[in-house]
Amino acid sequence: MLSIKNLHASVEDKEILKGINLEVKAGEVHAIMGPNGAGKSTLSSIIAGNENYEVSDGEIFLDGEEISELAPEERAHKGVFLSFQYPVEIPGVSVTNFIKTAINESRKAKGLEDMPANEMLKKIREKSELLEMDKKFLSRSLNEGFSGGEKKRNEIFQLAMLEPKLAILDETDSGLDIDALRIVANGVNKLKSKDNAVVVITHYQRLLEYIVPDFVHVLMDGKIVKSGDASLALELEEKGYDWIKAELV
Amino acid sequence: MDLKDKLLSSYIAFEEKFDMDSNLHEVRNQAIKNFENKGFPTKKEEAWKYTSLNAILKNDFSVFPKHENAIEFKDVKKYFLHEVDTYKLVFIDGKFSSFLSSTTHEGIDVCLLSSVLTKPKYKPTLETYFNQIAKKDETLTSLNTAFAQEGAFINIPKSKVADKPIEIVYFSTGTEAALMVQPRNLIIVGENAHVQIIERHQSLNSNPVLTNSVTEIFAQKRANVDYYKIQNDVQTANLIDNTYIAQKQESRVAVHTFSFGGNITRNNLNFYHQGERIDSTLKGITIIGDKQHVDHFTLVHHAQPNCESHQNYKGIFGDSSTGVFNGKIYVEKEAQKTDAFQQNNNILVSEKATINAKPQLEIFADDVKCSHGCTIGQLDETAMFYMQQRGIPKKEARALLMYAFSNEVIQSIKIPELKQRITKIIANKLGVKMGFEL
Repeated sequence: MLSIKNLHASVEDKEILKGINLEVKAGEVHAIMGPNGAGKSTLSSIIAGNENYEVSDGEIFLDGEEISELAPEERAHKGVFLSFQYPVEIPGVSVTNFIKTAINESRKAKGLEDMPANEMLKKIREKSELLEMDKKFLSRSLNEGFSGGEKKRNEIFQLAMLEPKLAILDETDSGLDIDALRIVANGVNKLKSKDNAVVVITHYQRLLEYIVPDFVHVLMDGKIVKSGDASLALELEEKGYDWIKAELV
Repeated sequence: MDLKDKLLSSYIAFEEKFDMDSNLHEVRNQAIKNFENKGFPTKKEEAWKYTSLNAILKNDFSVFPKHENAIEFKDVKKYFLHEVDTYKLVFIDGKFSSFLSSTTHEGIDVCLLSSVLTKPKYKPTLETYFNQIAKKDETLTSLNTAFAQEGAFINIPKSKVADKPIEIVYFSTGTEAALMVQPRNLIIVGENAHVQIIERHQSLNSNPVLTNSVTEIFAQKRANVDYYKIQNDVQTANLIDNTYIAQKQESRVAVHTFSFGGNITRNNLNFYHQGERIDSTLKGITIIGDKQHVDHFTLVHHAQPNCESHQNYKGIFGDSSTGVFNGKIYVEKEAQKTDAFQQNNNILVSEKATINAKPQLEIFADDVKCSHGCTIGQLDETAMFYMQQRGIPKKEARALLMYAFSNEVIQSIKIPELKQRITKIIANKLGVKMGFEL
């Protein structure tokens, strides 16, 4: 589904990604771990199409199509979803109106009519229940005055509504207490299927206890330096990253 | 002959038409003298530093249209809020159109200023209100006073509630190559009375128009007034709007100014407090592009204790457009416990757009709460990326952000149809179709 080949990227002339290779197949869960400043968030931003980063070399394929020249919204329409580490506050636009607009814009891009209002309402109800969200929450301005946990829950709510092919969760566990973490992880697990894939970007192993990865990759200094199964995450939790650094020398 | 000379010479002929015994004669003479001394304002004056009238004054404006013009309702329907559910005072090239209007004298007066100026029964009204709050030393206001002959007269007596909003619409047909019009509105809202008014100036073709309008509003004790100005005129229309509001105790007056069009628009909006526990609201949304220019020049004069004023102006400037916000809050020594708030937020969408923002607080009382905030920024790029990531295309994402930015002001519109209309105008202006009303 997602295939990244020799990806190099920089921001303001500083090279951050130095040749990433990654293969994610449908039905798989991948975790990307690594110390601060390794390039984890850069990688997720670039897959989603953030124009602040310049891809200097390499390719990103989604279902065989090279997408690195596409606008963020075009990638979204093709099924890429990025759950933001720091979701943006948009005062004056309610959670409901925002998600309606997002869904109908995606449908428009696919040549479909707007989703009928009753179907939309039903879906909103269903998915907000899945994430144990209060009804009042839906009429509030998007992310404005939300707690860290509410913002993340709202990201996963949007994920559930949009049903993307590829979901990238960027530090979704940061700022979550244990209950919120359980709810969010449960939401992600319920949405998992053989047709979609999840990439979890995280600092800690904690989230991976709930969303169990098939593969774990260690990203350091702009490169994936080690890959393994779920046990690698446990090893990292226990030993930190220094032993990998030592291995590399 | 330049416009000033033309106006001065036509004044004599104009004045001869009127009854020379009336007090009005003296008022007009004083006014024209002031204009003769001061002329049109120039950029040398502090108050006009950022707005130049030079280019528009070069037009050969006719000051009295020669023809009476008619318009079919169907051709201008879109400029009205509602076909039947509003009172209407409609003027075509400065002349009243009884055909398009819907006036009333039942309980409330929604009629013409010309009646007040000429009919003996209105003499006390004329003497008590006309030109009483308008600034006598302001040159363009004086010019209007000298030539005032037509406009809206609205009188809502004590404890009456206007059952429908009142629309005041000034059309110019463009049958003159260039036209100057000077509408004059007088609005009296009695004790405990309520009224909602919408004012609009609209050119129907692209011949240059200069409108120098003066509106005086008197809000008596506990009166409640909502006034909406829709400025969405063609690119060759210029508007100088001078509005003066006198508020008595516990009255509440809100003026919303929506500036979406026109060439040069200058809004001189002045609030004067004449009692305690007054509430004044001044809000505006400006969305312009091309070479359009909108200047908001506001004054809230706090003269009595325990009064509040709330100002909130939002501006979005594209292309080479220019904006000015000059907001003055004056708090006299007696005006203790004043709560004055002023906010002005601007977004520059293009590198060539300019905004000059100048909050001016002059406070002589020592126990007051006065705050002001002014921001000038660009559209938030992170927010843009966030929305695009959720599948909302760039153009729509920009529009959504701009909506969100103006939303605070849109939400305080009290007439639902008007709220919808403004939302629609903004969507058109931004070139998008929104799937929902904010």
